[in-house]
Amino acid sequence: MYLLAIDPIWWLIIEKLVLIAFVITVSMVVAMYATYGERKVAAFMQDRIGPNRAGIFGIFQPFADAGKLFFKEEIIPVSSSRFLFILGPALAMITALLTSAVIPWSVPLDINGRSVPLQIADVDVGILFVFGVVSIGVYGIMIGGWASNNKFSLIAAVRGASQMVSYELPMGLALLGVLLFAGDLRMSSIVQTQVEHGWNVIYQPLGFIIFFICALAECNRTPFDLPEAENELNFGYHQEYSSMKLGFYLFAEYINMFISGAVMAVLFFGGYDIPFVNEAAWGLGQNTMAIIGFAVMMSKALFFVFVFMWIRWTIPRFRYDQLMTLGWKKLVPLALVNLIISAAVVLWLKK
Amino acid sequence: MIHLLQANISTSAPSSYLPIGLQIAFAAGLVALLMVLTHLLGPRRKTSDKLQNFTSGIESHGDARQPMAIKYFLTAILFVLFDVEVIFFYPYAVNFKELGWAGFGAVLMFVGFFLCGFIYIIKKGALKWED
Repeated sequence: MYLLAIDPIWWLIIEKLVLIAFVITVSMVVAMYATYGERKVAAFMQDRIGPNRAGIFGIFQPFADAGKLFFKEEIIPVSSSRFLFILGPALAMITALLTSAVIPWSVPLDINGRSVPLQIADVDVGILFVFGVVSIGVYGIMIGGWASNNKFSLIAAVRGASQMVSYELPMGLALLGVLLFAGDLRMSSIVQTQVEHGWNVIYQPLGFIIFFICALAECNRTPFDLPEAENELNFGYHQEYSSMKLGFYLFAEYINMFISGAVMAVLFFGGYDIPFVNEAAWGLGQNTMAIIGFAVMMSKALFFVFVFMWIRWTIPRFRYDQLMTLGWKKLVPLALVNLIISAAVVLWLKK
Repeated sequence: MIHLLQANISTSAPSSYLPIGLQIAFAAGLVALLMVLTHLLGPRRKTSDKLQNFTSGIESHGDARQPMAIKYFLTAILFVLFDVEVIFFYPYAVNFKELGWAGFGAVLMFVGFFLCGFIYIIKKGALKWED
């Protein structure tokens, strides 16, 4: 009875804090194991064994790597701008951790008759929040490269910034096709539309392909990893970084990969929806369904992380002019055509 | 009380942004904590050579912050221009079903204007990267 006397707003805050801690821990652990997964996938593709020393099958390798990052000496070059040098990686990491706020992870949990949505914030701007935060992520790269006062870093940062802003255009346009069907920007209602009418990837295959290509470019993944083209620019924008500041940049990249997988799963692959079955007819409890939904959502997101790795070890890097030509001259018109055709077809069928 | 709670988490109220504020605080706190922790944990053996910029073993000459190729800045400005135009599509896409064919006609016209600007910058060579 004493607990019930607490103002409901505090319940909300406690519930959300637990969820935030859970989601951030999950994305950190996924990012850690994505580095291990990346090396194992690379090894598999190149007919090697990969890391196998730390623990059975090398499953403790990420802990060894993370521990190393903690205990390394941190170096701030004398000619760099000290404050910006620290701000850069912090900003990259914070923005990477923020995008998970609007993703619906599963159907609501039911705790003592109280419905607890497994989504941190179901704001009405929804997907635009993700776009906004991703745009701030550009500053992480740009500030880091600028503050280093190193020619390679600066070139890589400028390249990275103009690559990321260029691919945001077709990404935003490709998304419009999804919004035509959902009629709402909130992530939860985008998933709900797909649960009722089928996955968006069936109606928007071209939109999905454009979105996927742009997601690769936004995460600076091969074949668009020009900001860290190591044979031209040494190590890219994080060349001067060491210790955990380097770790933040690398972690942010892997978290972004995971989150963009989750965003693609929500927008095009039905989020936590299980394909080909009507799970409502199973008659399972609300909490069991929530756990199953979360597992389905995670496996979809992790599948995209795997595809990202698969592509990395298969396709060589683009040249910079090819990258820009693809983004501006091919994907932007293609995404516009996709929007117009989808709108016309939907209107035609609806009369 | 349940009713009160549901009022709190309704999606259009400003209070629905409260969890985002919490997450910003959480993420910033975590990053700051890790940053301070590694600062304290790592060894500190600084030499003047170590604190120089790394340019593959060659001594670096001059300041890195020199004028860059204008193309990158042109790209950034064009992005701002076109991103504002893309944002205008969003209200249309959300209200697409109510607007019907009349809205579709209006958007076709808007795409026309969009393409006019787009073709203009391509003809001007703003997106030409090979010299």
